[in-house]
Amino acid sequence: MGGSASHLSKEQLSEYQELTFLTKQDILHAYRIFAELLSKDLVDFQNTRVSKDRICEMPELKANPFRERICLVFSTAIEKDGSMSFEDFLDMLSAFSDSATPEIKSHYAFRIFDFDDDGTLDKEDLKKLVNCLTGGTSDTQLTEAEMNQLIQNELCGSEMQDVAKHSLLQEYQLEFQKLTILEESDIDKDGTVNLSEFQHVISRSPDFVSSFKIVL
Amino acid sequence: MFLGPHMVIVSIEVDNDESDDEQSEDTDNDSSEVEPQNSKESVGRNGKRKRKIEQESEEKSDDSEEEEEQSRKKNVKNRNKLTNRNNSDESEKETTKSRKNKNVKSKKKDSHSDDHDDESLDKNKKGKGDKKQMDSESDKEDNKKRGKRKDKNCKKDGNKGKGNKKKFSSSSGEESEEVITEEDVAKLKDEVDEKKKLIATLRNKPSPMKHKLQLLKEAQEFVEKFEGTLGKGKGKRFYAYKVMMTKKWMKFQRDFENFKTACIPWEMKIKEIESHFGSSVASYFIFLRWMYGINMVLFGLTFGLVMIPEALMGKPYGSMPRKTVPISEQDSAMNFATLWDFGGYAQYSVLFYGYYNNQRTIGWLKFRLPLGYFLVGVGTIGYSFMVVIRTMASNANEEGGGDDTSFNFSWKMFTSWDYLIGNAETADNKFASITTSFKESILEEQENRKEGNIHLTQFLRVLANVLVLLTLAGSGYLIFFVVRRSQKFAQEGLDDYGWWERNEVNMVMSLLGMFCPMLFDIISPLENYHPRIALQWQLGRIFALFLGNLYTFIIALLDEINLKLEEEKIVKYNITIWEKNLYNGSWLENSTSRPALDIDPAIVPRGPCWETMVGQEFVRLTVSDTLTTVITILIGDFLRAVFVRFVNYCWCWDLEYGFPSYAEFDISGNVLGLIFNQGMIWMGAFYAPCLPAINVLRLLASMYLQCWAVMCTNVPHERVFKASRSNNFYMAMLLIILFLSTLPAVYTIVSIPPSFDCGPFSGKDRMFDVIQETLDNDFPAWFGKVFTAATNPGLILSFILLLALAIYYLQATSESYKAANLELKKKLQNQSDENKKRNKKNAKAAANQMEELQNSLQNANERATGRDADKKANAVNSSNHPPAQGAYPPNGRRMRLAVPPHVAVTRPPRPRGPGQLPGRLHYPGPQQSHGAHPRMPRTGAAFR
Repeated sequence: MGGSASHLSKEQLSEYQELTFLTKQDILHAYRIFAELLSKDLVDFQNTRVSKDRICEMPELKANPFRERICLVFSTAIEKDGSMSFEDFLDMLSAFSDSATPEIKSHYAFRIFDFDDDGTLDKEDLKKLVNCLTGGTSDTQLTEAEMNQLIQNELCGSEMQDVAKHSLLQEYQLEFQKLTILEESDIDKDGTVNLSEFQHVISRSPDFVSSFKIVL
Repeated sequence: MFLGPHMVIVSIEVDNDESDDEQSEDTDNDSSEVEPQNSKESVGRNGKRKRKIEQESEEKSDDSEEEEEQSRKKNVKNRNKLTNRNNSDESEKETTKSRKNKNVKSKKKDSHSDDHDDESLDKNKKGKGDKKQMDSESDKEDNKKRGKRKDKNCKKDGNKGKGNKKKFSSSSGEESEEVITEEDVAKLKDEVDEKKKLIATLRNKPSPMKHKLQLLKEAQEFVEKFEGTLGKGKGKRFYAYKVMMTKKWMKFQRDFENFKTACIPWEMKIKEIESHFGSSVASYFIFLRWMYGINMVLFGLTFGLVMIPEALMGKPYGSMPRKTVPISEQDSAMNFATLWDFGGYAQYSVLFYGYYNNQRTIGWLKFRLPLGYFLVGVGTIGYSFMVVIRTMASNANEEGGGDDTSFNFSWKMFTSWDYLIGNAETADNKFASITTSFKESILEEQENRKEGNIHLTQFLRVLANVLVLLTLAGSGYLIFFVVRRSQKFAQEGLDDYGWWERNEVNMVMSLLGMFCPMLFDIISPLENYHPRIALQWQLGRIFALFLGNLYTFIIALLDEINLKLEEEKIVKYNITIWEKNLYNGSWLENSTSRPALDIDPAIVPRGPCWETMVGQEFVRLTVSDTLTTVITILIGDFLRAVFVRFVNYCWCWDLEYGFPSYAEFDISGNVLGLIFNQGMIWMGAFYAPCLPAINVLRLLASMYLQCWAVMCTNVPHERVFKASRSNNFYMAMLLIILFLSTLPAVYTIVSIPPSFDCGPFSGKDRMFDVIQETLDNDFPAWFGKVFTAATNPGLILSFILLLALAIYYLQATSESYKAANLELKKKLQNQSDENKKRNKKNAKAAANQMEELQNSLQNANERATGRDADKKANAVNSSNHPPAQGAYPPNGRRMRLAVPPHVAVTRPPRPRGPGQLPGRLHYPGPQQSHGAHPRMPRTGAAFR
């Protein structure tokens, strides 16, 4: 597959076009940016990797709270250090491109949110997710109680439900149920959100596809 | 036979679990750690376990491929024929008990067809296996291949006859031509099609590029190899040709796609803004670009069908009174001030209505200019309506189903981050807004109950609305007053007045547009609304303000038109007198026709030509509006930014974060400005054909200027809101404005008689008479008759009635659809509720079962411990006996702790901490018949 010294060969370009949602211009643009990130000649760009830090320094990712996760998810490095080859980079851009299908986008979104890579979003994942979304600084962070209420305060939840049942405050119970993320999206009630549940939820969202985009 | 595979699948389910577990553990740990772990595990087991681990490591490399195949499965259906044949071999395969094979199979649920797929892939690989070994991941790959080849060998032994032949044929190209039968060709064709499909859909798969690349190459190679052999005899060449053409066509399509994306103007600019400010600011620029597109079409229409023909083929300047600057104005006609005011030579040019002649056809093309003028005017409005409504409809389609509110929280969590944000400040603002939205929704309950002082709030709201109404009325009156005053000035002649008096109307309107929104901003905190609602109120008020101003302006204009009409009558009378005087001497000589015009057209007296006046007003308004925008940007944004940036070094407080700060990009204000500007274009375009051209220039300028200003002077919004929701809101406003701006235009066209001595419709009673005229002259007589018959009130009324009925009917159907939709939604909800309940029940049942099992196990353990202690040690090694499991009383308990019953029921595999490892030790292969038992509900639940 060895490409020529400084350019993508035609076959490679067409293969990449075939395999990603990117246009030729996008790929060339990505190639230039990748070369800049490498800051050296791409003699052997198939095998050179850009470290996670450098990728995260990109202006497009700099402000993204999920940048490290993005690197880790798209990286194919054996050492799991989040470094990216050019193909990983293209994979990333393809998933974040305009024309990528919602399925692909939600798949990668799920993997990005799955902080411990265990295939489900459990409470810890969701907590981390909320922390990421609220900026990680103390002034914007939610308090522990708020966090619990947001995700699912299991103990409190079940107690409340019992209370609600006993006092026949069904409406209150309903209101309460609405208030937690897990109640909404955890369809099979196993305490975690799995990929299909996640995709189900995401597919209903009107603006996920438009916001899950990164443009170079 | 049936039981056999079933059992195997069940038992392997467990295997897979573990392999999955290990995989996910691998991702946490370094791969180097995997080996010891595996070996540690395998210590407690016999040889079989070891082999399994080997295969699991293969699994890892296999895993992603299997994902591929899962999705490929859909395409496989047409291959059932092939599969059937394989099925006959199935039993033999089963008996070979190659674990690996089964492992793969159980993972893929309809393993048969996929397995075959695997084989074909494998065969392909075999042909070039040596080459592939150089790959970086070749170790794993090789492992896999070897394993598979082994499998295949087993199968090959079992396979006899045709199938075998076929396999050989596919593995080597030359042989195939000799042996393939028609059936095989069909199969091969299917396979090739399949590969093609795979190539086409490969990008939809979430696997790493390397893998995809490999798959692609294999598939392509396969296709290339066998595509040629498919056709035979005569058809072969044709087939090859077809294949080549499809390839070319694909390439062309791709290039065309690339070309298309390269052609979208300002794409990069907008993307850059998008990445800095998020999608909301970018939505304004996309809207601007869309507007630009519409205006380009309008410009093309007016420029190509009205202005160019008139300029090229119409009578030249100075040939007629209406095409000449009158003698009284000729001195100042070339002054900049006059031209700037669109008077003088600008007024007597193709730019305005009055210049056009009422000649029915012009030039050698016999271009019917008056008709063209009229139709372009109608077409402009019609096209705009069509485009706006179509865009709205498509937007509505996109948003369809977005009203589902059952996942509010999850959406907030999973989709609230805008990945386009690439600016730290925007990100901070977004963090803040997300935090507030979380907190808000948490506190919603309390907020709802919190009542506060209702009377005070209500009073304040009423007060605020009164204030707003006062402001609106005041601004309306101000505009009315100013327009009146300007009429007075105009009557007295503008020469005695300065710049202010001349531009008073425009300036006042622009200033009002600038300051009233600020006033509203000050008033709105009184109301204490939720920010989202407050924003809507704000938008509504600004909308009302602009609309009020526009309509006051139009009413004043109508007043003026009436004045001009009065004036026209007097002028008409005067002209007849003047003409009489002029021709008095020579009347007798040329009594049959008018005398040749040897007099200078400049001195001919003429009417006021209200149409040109209206056109001029709109053009002036547009230009001054543009200037105000530019100046606002330069002063309000740029100078402010410069001041804040540089004076900050020597100032007593922090300017950047303190009071003046940098400006935010005012999306709603800008969008509203754009919409109203467009409204003016629609209103004025009929009387000033140059208006679309001016607007195109304006949009172009504002595109570049605002792009620049946004990037270098503005800071991102504090209140970051998503774009997609508000999109149709803007569109709806545009539609309203379009409607409202066509109203006065249509009114003037239909009900006011055109000026008698200027414009393409001069001499007619009404402007639309031009249609009748064309019908009479250019169409056969019967057509005219039909048309008159069709336009009689009876028919039109019935037609309107029909339309109303149709609207009513469509409305009713859409209502019923909505109801059905709601019903379905409810049903879905019920079903999911039921499912939830059932799952809960299952979970409970499973938990109970688990408990029982555990109890029995414990009992067994107790019994076992009561026996010989040596047996324990034996059991460690030969764990294929059920009681052996019971040989670990402590572990048995630990298992219960480690695996909470409800988790085991429906949850997919997840890693466990090292401390929990022993619990898992009890599930492995040999004891499956027992160990898997608690998990049985799991498989059951999964298929439910």
